[in-house]
Amino acid sequence: MFPIVESRVLATAVKQFKVTAPEIARKRKPGQFIVLRTHEEGERIPLTIADADPEAGTITLIFQEVGKSTAHLGTLSSGDSLLDLIGPLGHPTHIEKFGTVACIGGGIGIAPVYPIARGMHDAGNRVLAIIGARTKNLLILEEEMSKVTDFLRVCTDDGTYGYHGFVSDALQDILDQGTHIDLVVAIGPVPMMRVVCNLTRNRNLKTIVSLNPIMVDATGMCGACRVSVGGRTRFVCVDGPEFDGHEVNFAELVKRQRAYLPQEKNSMEKFQHAHGACLGGKP
Amino acid sequence: MPEQEAKARAKNFDEVPFGYNPDLAKMEASRCLQCKKPACVKGCPVSIDIPSFIWMILQDDFLGAARKLKEMNSLPAVCGRVCPQEDQCEKVCVLGKKGEPVAIGRLERFAADYERKHGEFVMPPKASPSGKKVAIVGSGPAGLTVAGDLIKKGHQVTIFEALHKAGGVLVYGIPEFRLPKAIVQAEVDYLGNLGVETRTNQVIGQINTVDELMASGYDAVFLGTGAGFPTFMNIPGENLNGVYSANEYLTRSNLMKAYLFPQYDTPIARGKNVAVLGGGNVAMDSARTAIRLGADNVYIVYRRSKKELPARIEEVHHAEEEGVQFHFLTLPVQFLGNDEGWVNGMECQKMELGEPDQSGRRRPIAIPGSEFKIDVDLVIVAIGTAANPLIQSTTPDLKTNKWGYIIADPETGVTSKKGVYAGGDIVTGSATVILAMGAGRQAADAIHKYLSG
Repeated sequence: MFPIVESRVLATAVKQFKVTAPEIARKRKPGQFIVLRTHEEGERIPLTIADADPEAGTITLIFQEVGKSTAHLGTLSSGDSLLDLIGPLGHPTHIEKFGTVACIGGGIGIAPVYPIARGMHDAGNRVLAIIGARTKNLLILEEEMSKVTDFLRVCTDDGTYGYHGFVSDALQDILDQGTHIDLVVAIGPVPMMRVVCNLTRNRNLKTIVSLNPIMVDATGMCGACRVSVGGRTRFVCVDGPEFDGHEVNFAELVKRQRAYLPQEKNSMEKFQHAHGACLGGKP
Repeated sequence: MPEQEAKARAKNFDEVPFGYNPDLAKMEASRCLQCKKPACVKGCPVSIDIPSFIWMILQDDFLGAARKLKEMNSLPAVCGRVCPQEDQCEKVCVLGKKGEPVAIGRLERFAADYERKHGEFVMPPKASPSGKKVAIVGSGPAGLTVAGDLIKKGHQVTIFEALHKAGGVLVYGIPEFRLPKAIVQAEVDYLGNLGVETRTNQVIGQINTVDELMASGYDAVFLGTGAGFPTFMNIPGENLNGVYSANEYLTRSNLMKAYLFPQYDTPIARGKNVAVLGGGNVAMDSARTAIRLGADNVYIVYRRSKKELPARIEEVHHAEEEGVQFHFLTLPVQFLGNDEGWVNGMECQKMELGEPDQSGRRRPIAIPGSEFKIDVDLVIVAIGTAANPLIQSTTPDLKTNKWGYIIADPETGVTSKKGVYAGGDIVTGSATVILAMGAGRQAADAIHKYLSG
């Protein structure tokens, strides 16, 4: 059992948990993730390790409630425990002194970007960060990001806070100004990563993305997470989760992420019904 | 042996054979000639004293029969269900020359099940603590066997299992209707009662490497990580939705109990026209699972003929009875999909058998111009597994062969790394539960000698 020692709401339907997992806290490096289960009937779901405190023996997980499993996770709080927690999984981010690194985080993707930005910063890189969300109350980690970056641009799609536009628009601006960038790291919804990669491809600007396919075992045993990278099939759980964004077949990834939409909808509706989301009205 | 009727059992995940009751068991046991030179013992990969345990059943000493079995085989309830007896003990039974061999597998199952239901836990003789610690990576049949042997020899034993439940392929690979998971858990619990510590959610190679385990105080390590890497055909369309590796399909169904969705949260695609590629036990398990999940048509698509099918005969029979259809001498060349990225067809070629290849089986040769299409909405690729590279890639001085399997002495499990032993599928490639157990037994002996010397 893995006790949750702290729980916070970061934004609408976005929560942060600190979980006691001393071995994982000690071993983990930026870019790696865990898989967790909340209960016996639960799914195995992957989440990036947003932060870790080896001395306190805790890891920080940030998640968005998008379906039944994350919604169920969201009903837990400090004092509850996770049933299963496995990690650290995946390859750590390759961090070295590249020069200037642009870290782009979209939506919940800001959570995995944060440890990478910090790692790049600690390695002596100049870190330019662009983080964005659809609207102001979905934006997370602005303060944390500002502490580990040399430049931070905050965006909202609807203009309710900061720069009015997508993170890719903000990146375009920076590139148009002639800013020299050695490496881009972009993490967020697939359409966002896709657009960023299209922007950087023509400029020959190396772009690393972190992919979020459906996973089951996450140890390379089943192939659920397979993606096409450079025309070859790779397993995100053991070959990734980071890849050269210019080689990733995003169109295929999007389709594979939608494989269980009907079942996900079914589960979520049942869950919301059971949790009184339909009080006084139709479910 | 009484079995669930085919039509009914094709809709549930309960075991197919009901098992013997004591009368049926004794009746079958009485057929054994108690040969002075029993061929069956030689046919058994772990040399179980078969005539003795059968004799005890005849004497109404069912618990004694179970204990006799456990002298050589730590998982008789499992082996009685999944061993290919027709290739092992029953193949060489003298009675089989003129009629039916003694149903050794069914008798083994009977004795083991009786003990589980009626036996009380009795701590077997355990040597005094040796002060030595052994780490076992993988809680499948090899690892469980090594654990059971070494704990009795007085060593401290910890099993590290990557998944959240112990049992390895017994829990994720073999379906509930062939091997109830409660039985596997009972075996793991039994080891716990003996003093074995089982730590799930521990991915060795990630949380700790083999070197880190040894540095932290383990005097020996056994690697029983299995052949846990899926093999795909590498043909166009393989990443379409609805194309599963058998590992994924079975892990969802067996380990995550997706057959009970939505009571269990993990989903699984329920295809109506399902193609299972391959002819081994995994293919049969996948096909029979698809039938139970409501498919209208399930096709085993195999590139050789029925004669060459590697699956256990009982599984093929059960599959046929449950309505699985067989397309022999057929090879898929491409998967076709719709705009949403879902598989909706499979292009195949007919094959004919030529000269034997290096496996000794006749080589399939494509017949030109024989292309045809099968309509499918689900494909399960069950053509074999490969070595999961995680341990090998994080243990630099562990020698592997060119396919990534760990090189280990076939008699002792000794690897190129001092204090590290290996056995089971990670050494041989995917084989059987009993062979993994046999390898585990031999490695445990070698480890004990190493720790005592």
